[in-house]
Amino acid sequence: MASVTLEKLNKVFGNTQIIKDVDLTIGDGEFVVFVGPSGCGKSTLLRLIAGLESITDGELSIGERVVNDLPPRERGVGMVFQSYALYPHMTVYDNMAFGLKLAKADDQTVEQRVMETARTLQLETLLERKPKELSGGQRQRVAMGRAMARNPQILLFDEPLSNLDASLRVQMRNEIAQLHHRRGSTVVYVTHDQVEAMTLADKIVVLRDGRIEQVGSPQTLYQRPATRFVAGFIGSPTMNFLPAELCDASPDGCRVAVAGVGELDLHQDAGETSGQRLTLGIRPEHLRLDAAEGDNRFTIVNVEYLGNEVYVYLEPREGDTLLIHRSEAPSDWQVGQDVALHVDVEHAHLFDASDRALTIATQRHAA
Amino acid sequence: MNRTVLRLLKRLGFYALIAVVLFYAIFPFYYAVVTSLKPSSELFRVDFWPSSFDLVNYARILGEKSFVRAILNSILVSFSVVFIALLLGLTASYALGRVRFRGRTSVLLIILGVSMFPQVAVLSGLFEVIRVLDLYNNPAGLVLSYTIFTLPFTVWVLTTFMRQLPQELEEAAIMDGATPWITITRVFLPLMWPAMATTGLLAFIAAWNEFLFALTFTLTDDQRTVPVAIALISGGSQHELPWGPIMAASVTVTVPLVVLVMIFQRRIVSGLTAGAVKG
Ligand SMILES: Nc1ncnc2c1ncn2[C@@H]1O[C@H](COP(=O)(O)OP(=O)(O)OP(=O)(O)O)[C@@H](O)[C@H]1O
Ligand SMILES: [Mg+2]
Repeated sequence: MASVTLEKLNKVFGNTQIIKDVDLTIGDGEFVVFVGPSGCGKSTLLRLIAGLESITDGELSIGERVVNDLPPRERGVGMVFQSYALYPHMTVYDNMAFGLKLAKADDQTVEQRVMETARTLQLETLLERKPKELSGGQRQRVAMGRAMARNPQILLFDEPLSNLDASLRVQMRNEIAQLHHRRGSTVVYVTHDQVEAMTLADKIVVLRDGRIEQVGSPQTLYQRPATRFVAGFIGSPTMNFLPAELCDASPDGCRVAVAGVGELDLHQDAGETSGQRLTLGIRPEHLRLDAAEGDNRFTIVNVEYLGNEVYVYLEPREGDTLLIHRSEAPSDWQVGQDVALHVDVEHAHLFDASDRALTIATQRHAA
Repeated sequence: MNRTVLRLLKRLGFYALIAVVLFYAIFPFYYAVVTSLKPSSELFRVDFWPSSFDLVNYARILGEKSFVRAILNSILVSFSVVFIALLLGLTASYALGRVRFRGRTSVLLIILGVSMFPQVAVLSGLFEVIRVLDLYNNPAGLVLSYTIFTLPFTVWVLTTFMRQLPQELEEAAIMDGATPWITITRVFLPLMWPAMATTGLLAFIAAWNEFLFALTFTLTDDQRTVPVAIALISGGSQHELPWGPIMAASVTVTVPLVVLVMIFQRRIVSGLTAGAVKG
């Protein structure tokens, strides 16, 4: 019913193209999260769906209907803004009732809808207050209530939690998740915060410079990133990247040489050409440290103790992004020590010269 | 010991300064009040304290039909000007502050530029306009000409104010299904009261005190506004300037302004400083 389909969607501001040929299908009841670096067009894409920006080219459908030229109120969408944008002169009740009244709902329906929404969001005791008399979390809930009051099929959120402090953010994150389970409406959610993305999403859309880089479930994006960009963007601390050279390739795998670490046998299908420049990607938890031996020698430049785990930062052979190793606390590693790196080849990623991930060879056979 | 003396002196200096400013600002008005309360026989004795409390001047002024009529005209004209200026100013400021279109800045600058002309410069042109529109010797002609001079300021201030209102507020209203008119009246208007009060009051004062147009565009006593009526108050003979009644009339028409300012005082202050800090 309330699925959203984007077909070759484009948006141009002046002379700059901000959204480039975006194709995306959002299923009914799905929780979709847009992530990406600042300025990549997440908000713009959301606003195109909302109807706050005009579509330059392409087709946007909600359900079966093409909505390119429909104003927001006829699209059946509700939006929660980053700054909440509550009407400061209206009470909580009136804030939530505003849209219903404009839709010419009769008094009884208005009251019923508002009270119902207030109950869902635990706002019943605050209905007579003005926004300035509310705490940040309460304002956030009112903003959600206002978006939900008209019972839209699709809820849009633009970085709704970024103005809250850390603990409140966790709490609201949980409330949003529960709300979604209960209401089952389609949600499109923009965020910077990858914890929010990972925990809330059924489907994550990674955007980069106005293009979709990869779409997939949190697990897919974490375990099988399609590009080096996605691999580096998802996961915290970020994945380590080491330059590697292809020595040998066979249908079942390949052998690469990584400066300092030595030669590794990986499962990726690297094609035929040996001598290729590749990049090895390995998450901090898939590295193992040992006493230094021979050429395998990396210097520890910093150790961060986080209570439950320890991050060890190592001097890289090339470039200046420190390598990160993550392990359970406690750990005995000291700054200044030299250590050997061991890569867990089961979990290693390999990217080609154009930063695309190479697929696992056995997978290809199975397919 | 020395420090307390110094502090006392500073205090004293401070209040002395305030006293000077107050004296400077209030004395002319105070003197007008004192003069208006004197019978004409004592008029030219300089008194700094009210020596008598004689309401004869007020009685004479308010007994005069043409003066009462002038007050009514002034009220009509001023309120009309305020209403029209605010209505047009509000809608214009929405367009200028909120809608992106080519040449927006030029329009704003032209609007501001127009308000810089001295009244005399447009007097003859405006006279023609008013004759063509058949509004000569008609308060409507005054409303028209005052609005022309009040609008630029109103539009400018309201536009500045409108721009400070967050974009997302308007977008929230759009998402709720509001048309621009509803957004203006139900969302922006309640937030713009301070600015409206400030500009409205200034427009009111300007219209209430205007003299040149009022003199030029009216002919008969029953169409005049207060400033002209006061200027035309005549004494018993050609050689007598009736100071007492003039002062009484001035005080009578100033008091409403003072009352208005008192009422809106808090709004005005918040209007002038609004947006300085984020609420
Ligand atoms: N109204 C506009 N006119 C011109 N350019 C715009 C406009 N709105 C956005 N842009 C540009 O479009 C690009 C994408 O903006 P957008 O707000 O979608 O980024 P974002 O991904 O939401 O970033 P952030 O994470 O910082 O919020 C930016 O480069 C921005 O400068
Ligand atoms: Mg954004």
